[in-house]
Order: sequence, then C-alpha cells, then structure tokens
Amino acid sequence: MSQRVVGVSVPRKEGAPKVTGTAQYVDDLSFEGMIYGATVRSTIARGRITRIEFGDNIPWDEFVIVTAKDVPGKNVVSLITDDQPILAEIQINHPEEPILLLAHKDRHLLPLAVAAVKIEYDELPSIHSIEDSERCKEVVWGTDNIFKTYTIDKGNVDEVWKDAAWIVEGEYTTGAQEQLYIENNGVIAQWSEQDGVTVWGSMQCPFYVHKALIALTGLPAEKVRVLQTETGGAFGGKEDYPSIIAGHAVLLAKKAGVPVKIVYDRMEDMAATTKRHPSRTRHRTAVDKDGRLLGAEIEFVIDGGAYATLSPVVLSRGTIHAGGPYYWPSIRVKSKAVATNTPPHGAFRGFGAPQSLFALERHMDYIARSIGLAPDEFRRKNLLRPGQTTATAQEIREPIDMQHLLDRALELSDYYAKMARFAKANANGSKKKGLGIAAFLHGAGFTGSGERYLNALVGVEANARGDVRVLVSSTEFGQGTNTILCQIAAETLDLEYDDVSMAPIDTHVVPNSGPTVASRTAMIIGKLVQTAAIEMRQKLVDAGLLGEDTGREVFRAACSEYTQTIGRLNGCGRYQAPPNVYWDDAKYMGEAYPAFGWAVYVAEVTVDTTTYSVTVDDFVALQEVGRVLHPVLAAGQIEGGVAQGIGYALYEKVIWSKGRMMNNQMTNYIMPTSQDVPPIRVYFEEIPYTYGPYGAKGIGELPMDGPAPAILNAVVAATGTEFRSIPLLPEDIFTALAASREEHGVAV
Amino acid sequence: MSASRQQIRFTVNGREAVISAYPMARLLDVLRNDLALTGTKEGCGEGECGSCSVLLDGELVNSCLVPVLQVDGADVQTVEGFATEALHPVQKAFLECGGAQCGICTPGMIVATVNLLRNHPKPTMEQIREGLNGNLCRCTGYTRIFEAVRSAAEQVPAEALERPARAKESSR
Repeated sequence: MSQRVVGVSVPRKEGAPKVTGTAQYVDDLSFEGMIYGATVRSTIARGRITRIEFGDNIPWDEFVIVTAKDVPGKNVVSLITDDQPILAEIQINHPEEPILLLAHKDRHLLPLAVAAVKIEYDELPSIHSIEDSERCKEVVWGTDNIFKTYTIDKGNVDEVWKDAAWIVEGEYTTGAQEQLYIENNGVIAQWSEQDGVTVWGSMQCPFYVHKALIALTGLPAEKVRVLQTETGGAFGGKEDYPSIIAGHAVLLAKKAGVPVKIVYDRMEDMAATTKRHPSRTRHRTAVDKDGRLLGAEIEFVIDGGAYATLSPVVLSRGTIHAGGPYYWPSIRVKSKAVATNTPPHGAFRGFGAPQSLFALERHMDYIARSIGLAPDEFRRKNLLRPGQTTATAQEIREPIDMQHLLDRALELSDYYAKMARFAKANANGSKKKGLGIAAFLHGAGFTGSGERYLNALVGVEANARGDVRVLVSSTEFGQGTNTILCQIAAETLDLEYDDVSMAPIDTHVVPNSGPTVASRTAMIIGKLVQTAAIEMRQKLVDAGLLGEDTGREVFRAACSEYTQTIGRLNGCGRYQAPPNVYWDDAKYMGEAYPAFGWAVYVAEVTVDTTTYSVTVDDFVALQEVGRVLHPVLAAGQIEGGVAQGIGYALYEKVIWSKGRMMNNQMTNYIMPTSQDVPPIRVYFEEIPYTYGPYGAKGIGELPMDGPAPAILNAVVAATGTEFRSIPLLPEDIFTALAASREEHGVAV
Repeated sequence: MSASRQQIRFTVNGREAVISAYPMARLLDVLRNDLALTGTKEGCGEGECGSCSVLLDGELVNSCLVPVLQVDGADVQTVEGFATEALHPVQKAFLECGGAQCGICTPGMIVATVNLLRNHPKPTMEQIREGLNGNLCRCTGYTRIFEAVRSAAEQVPAEALERPARAKESSR
C-alpha cells in the first residue's frame, strides 16, 4: 500500500499560529464586559464549616459572591459517582476544597479579597496514607474508605506455591506526580437567559464538561455549549478537572450577568488540581527451577484522594496491566482504590499502568537477581508470545515478537558489552554505572466494553469547493490530533493534506467522539474518520460523480455538482468493535483492549556516590505501535513521555503536609530541564494493525510506563542496592548506601 | 501597587509604545493586557519556566520578573517581532522539526533560541542545552527542540538574528 499523506511528516496543522505566538489560549481571550473570578478554598483537611466572615478593607459590594446556595441544579461534579460537590456546603473533605467564588473586574483585587475571607471550622481528624485508609483509622468515604475493588483470577494460584523452586516477594511504592502542563487550567463562561451557558476553556474532553454543566445548571443539553480553546498541555490533567473550573465560572457568570474568566496561577493549579495516584504494590511470585513463572499474587492499591472522580477507571487500567507482557499460567490480582483527605487524584498519562508496571518491572529484576539469572534472560523465558494469554486470558492474536524487541533493544543499547565494562569499572571509583531494562505493554482505547458504551461518532463533510472538514470532539493539546486526523481523511479521499481542516471543537458543531484519553485518538477515532471519509466518497461514487479516477480536481468538481444538485455532502463513522472481542465485567476476564502497544526500553545511568545524584546518560526506546502515521509526531510522543518518566523516577516529588501540597511551585517541584534529559533514541517496529487506520494503534501513554522501572533497574545494577520506591532522590540513595556501608562495616 | 500610574515609553518590536502603568506592574502584564501582545505566555509567574521570555535590550529575560519601570527607554522584542511576512527561520525550524507540541512554551523557546544563536551562531550540544535551560517544556522531552535549534543554526542568515535597527540605536 503506497501512501502519500499518511506516514509522512507533514507540518503540524496548527503549527504556524503556535510558533508565531498567535494561537489563542484561554487567557489570551477577552470579551466585552468580562470580569475575573477566584476561588476561596478550605485550609483544613477535614471538618465542618462553622462560620464565614468577610474581612475589612475590601469593597465587598463590588464583588460577585457565589456559594453552594447559588447552584441552580445539582451541587455535584457529575462524572461517574455523584459524591463531589462543586462547592462545599458544610462538610470539608480535603485541603483546597472550593467553598466560595468571588468575581471582580480588577484582577489584582481578587487575591486580597480571597485572603480576606475568614472561614472557621470544627476540625475533624483526617487520614493521609493508604495504610491509615485501609485500617479505617477514620472513615472518610462510604462505610470503608474503598472507592472500588477488582479481582483478576486466572488459573489456579493457590496450587502454584507447592511446585515453586522459588517464591519471591516484594513491595513497591510510587508517589504522586503533577502533570505540570505549562498552561494552567482556565475557562471563560457566559450566561444568558436566551442562549443558556457558553464556556470556552483549556480542556481534553468537551463533552465531559458539557455533561457536568447540564447537571450543575439543570439546563437542557442544547442550552449548554462548550468550546475548547488552544490547550497548552494536558496529559490527563485536563480530563476531569475542567468540569470543576467551568462549573465555577458558570455560577459566577450567571450571578454577574457578564462573562467571567477564571485562570489559575501556578500555585493554585498545583495545589488544587489532580495528580497521578500514589500507589503501593505487593508481589508474591512462584518461579520453577528453570526460571519460568508459575504464578503470582499481586495486591495493587491506589490513593484516590477525597472523592471517587476517575479512580475506579484508573484502578482498572492499573489492575489489568499489573501482569505486564509476561505469560502467567496462574495469576491473581486484587486491587483497590482508597479514600484519603487529599485533593482527588486523577488522570495522568498512563492512567494507573505506570504504577503497576513500575512495581512489576522492578520485581522482575529482583526475582532475576534472587534466582541467579540475568534480568534479560529471566524476561526472555517469560515474555508473552502470540497464542498465549494475558492476565485477563486475552489471547495475543497480533504477530508480536517480544523476544525480538528485547534482542533489538539490547543491541541498540550495546547492553552486554557495556554491562561487562561497567562491572569492572564500578569496582573502583565513586561513579557507578548501570543499565536497566523495562519490558511492557499498554492497552489502546477504553478498557473492556468501554468503547461500546462510548459509541463514538465522527463526521467528515465537504463544501461546494471541495474543502473537507473533520468533525470530532477529539481535542488537540500537543499530541497531534489535528494533524493525524487530517492526514487520514486526506489519504482516504485521495486529497492533499492542505485540503482538509478540523472543525472547531464546539459541542454545538461536532458530534461526540468521546473523550481525548486512553491512547484512543489515533486508533479508534482515526479509524472512524477513515470510515466517515469512505462513506462520503461513496456518496459521490453512487451519484455517478466520482469513478476510478480521483484526485483533487475531480473531487472538487464532484463536490460542487453534488452540493448543487443533491445537497449536503458528508459521511459519518460510528464505533464498531472488532470481531471476536469478549469482555466479562464481573470476572474481569477477556479482551481487555482491542490492541496493545509493546515496548522494551533500556536506560543507562551514572550514580555519583559522592553527591548521590543520578544522571541518565542514554535511553533506548523501542516500541511496536502498529503503523506510524507521522514519524516526527510519533517520535515526539515517545520522547516527551520518556522525559516525563525520567521526572517520575528521579525528580518529581510532591511534599505533603496533612493532604496539602507544600511545594506547589516550579521552584521546588522539579521537572526535567534541557540539561537533564539524555539522548532519547526512539525506534519503531511497525506491524500493521488490521482494525486501525492505515494500520495504526495507540501511542500516547505507552512511553510513560517504561522509563521509571528501567531507570531504577539501572540504578540497582549500578549500586547493587535494591530501590523500590519512586521518586528516588539523592537523599534516598544516600540513606540506603549509608545503611549498606554500615552493614558491611565500612565507615561512611 | 500603591504608587500612582506613570507614563512609560519604550520600544516593542521596533515600534514606539507609550503606556500608563503602575511602575511595579509586570512587563508580562503590560505586554499582554496593555499592548495586546499575547504571544508572551505566563507559565509560573516566578521566573522558572521561561514561557514569558522576551529580549530586553537584547538580553533574554523573564518578563514576569521585570517591573515595567525598568523598561522605560529600553528596547523589547517579543515573539511577535520575529515573523513579519514569512516565518522567521527559527520559527520555521521549530515547525518543521516538531519543536512545538502544545505550543505554550514555544514563543519563549523561540525567543531563547534567537538569543542563543546570536551568542553562538554554531552552538554545540552543550551550548544548546545550557542556552535553553531556563525554558521548560513538558511535551517534547526537548529532543526535537534541540533538533530545531541545530537546523535553524544551519539555515538562519546572519541578518535574521540582528536586532532591529531602532533597537540598536536606542541601546547605545
């Protein structure tokens, strides 16, 4: 199949406005009469509001003030479980919980006014760890602090222990991680009796906001309109949170009678919005005398924070990925999401999988070391092969060759030669070097029956001039949605890339193609764009306007004729599950995902045992994600994910104090800079996926899963000391190495 | 903010600007709100992320940390000053190499890159890493930004890096 547009690195669709600074982000917009909103938040973790006092020296009569009493519909953030109020009434369940909203035309007066609102509380005891939540030190949610549990039970785990040559146990933990998109959350809302509510904002999922605003306002669907503005990064951090800030702006706009803009500053965004769920994973693994996995018990727990939000779904993905790309004759994964008095944790690229895969890939290295096999050799014996089944008994039908991926990644990283060289060199000198492997997979699209429920719809249309538009609610926030969807439509219609554009993301204009999450845009939405384009083209063929001979000019003439004589020219694509897909939601067994991306990453690190700092010197990222639609964008996704993974592993630590983030600044929450990233060497194996557009699968989240375990495995290889928690900071390495020196009777 | 507004006169992208502002107002806000130059972005408001980078008398600064009184009589260049009719070679390189993803750090990156190439027309990898270390990007992992800088260094004609004529005079 020769392609002209797909597989070519065409310029990013919205690239020119971005490089010239003319792209319009929400804070760049201003409307007639617009005023500014701000949020008064709780300063305690748990308790009851007893009194609210408006302090002196603020012209309160000039302010619009909104409380929970002003909510016209239901006081909830409607998503999955209606447990989270948009504004607290009496009960406070986490620090930074929104209580009051203020608006004023002078942006600079707002911080002073927020500070002048004094709220008194009856404080209640709060809980801030998975352990305190599990033992119900306080019951802060439901009857047992548990949002959700899952059990996967394949084979007969209880029988494997007696035959095991080795039983290896380990516990692994991961910390919260801030998405740290460079554009903070922000929206503008407008309310009119005639048109209802209109919201412009930075977001991933306009129809999530749409749904939430319908519940909040009690307005009918057609009176709620949501438009996405250019979005300066998201990574999951703008999946569910925009429903809250949009709700706030709408409440203020209704009362104010003028448009209201709320844009958080960095400190508020970091303190109040979602982060990656902290996790704890316990592994108990049975291995036979030849180093083959017999079975495992895995217990996976995530801290969901104070409200359910997306935690059940994050937990689901983490649970399904907990067994990784290995063949387990028997495996039991028991998982739960628990409540604490922390702002709710939410979506972040990878969505539970980076947590459980960190634990697994660290544990695989630990097992290898424990039974006397090299990490690559132990993996080689156990990697999934086509025809075998995953932890949910999903048969691998793709012709994926993980052995080959492993071989190639080791070759690209010069693994064996370097390991031998480092082993010698590490004996002397204070700088220890090591290499670490991570093998992993990431499911593309919604889990289980998710895509069937979503029932995504996309449209493609052409005007009389033959200009084509793609209509989806799938948003662009840097990944390349606009570009790849236009490529697919152009390729399918035998047009040029420039002939196709994206309809504005406006819930009054585009159909609901579902949220822009879960590595589903390229694979699921891309396929539907192709289907819609084929349907539209077929209309021209059926009308006798398009034959075998196609191309831009013929197409244009056909569109002109069609629109004049027949009418509107469009096509649509509605989701259809691939054949032979079966998922049992009760047993958590079956086809968890339509397809997986597969990868082997190798990290090379230096641990300086004088400063205890770790540098990543080289990084090989080899993956199979089906056919690559756009080589530059695809590589960009991998490189960006790897950099976030380096931050997750080595730098990014949220410091908590009673559920409040204490380092909510870029000054003291440290993400990788241009001087912290190694050469990131990206390689693709391309096996066309039958049910993806031009053979493509999902790609966006995969690169978040591998870097942290690969880096930690490399640190362990370099130092000979086991590290089981991320982030791994110099002080952690100091503590561990000092302890091990003491043990060995060496002066520190 | 208690001091009264003052008239401040400076050059922005080669044109005279006269504004009335509180002396401690941030240059960032003056550019965005008074002069409608919204290409300069706010990411952190504390000089860490570099999204608000501009050139002040040819020096790379974070405009969120510059009180506007400090620019009285000075020359300021923002991202809007680079593309005239066609894209500036640095902007073109960012577009072609995939140096921009979400785009929010991009204006600052481009300003920082122009500054880097003025100081090091043929930068080494270390000079690129150092020259951009005040500009954070969460999307790209920097790899394609480095490539864009290298590509720009090969293609950019010397005159594209020159400061506007007026600016040279005013800083003398």
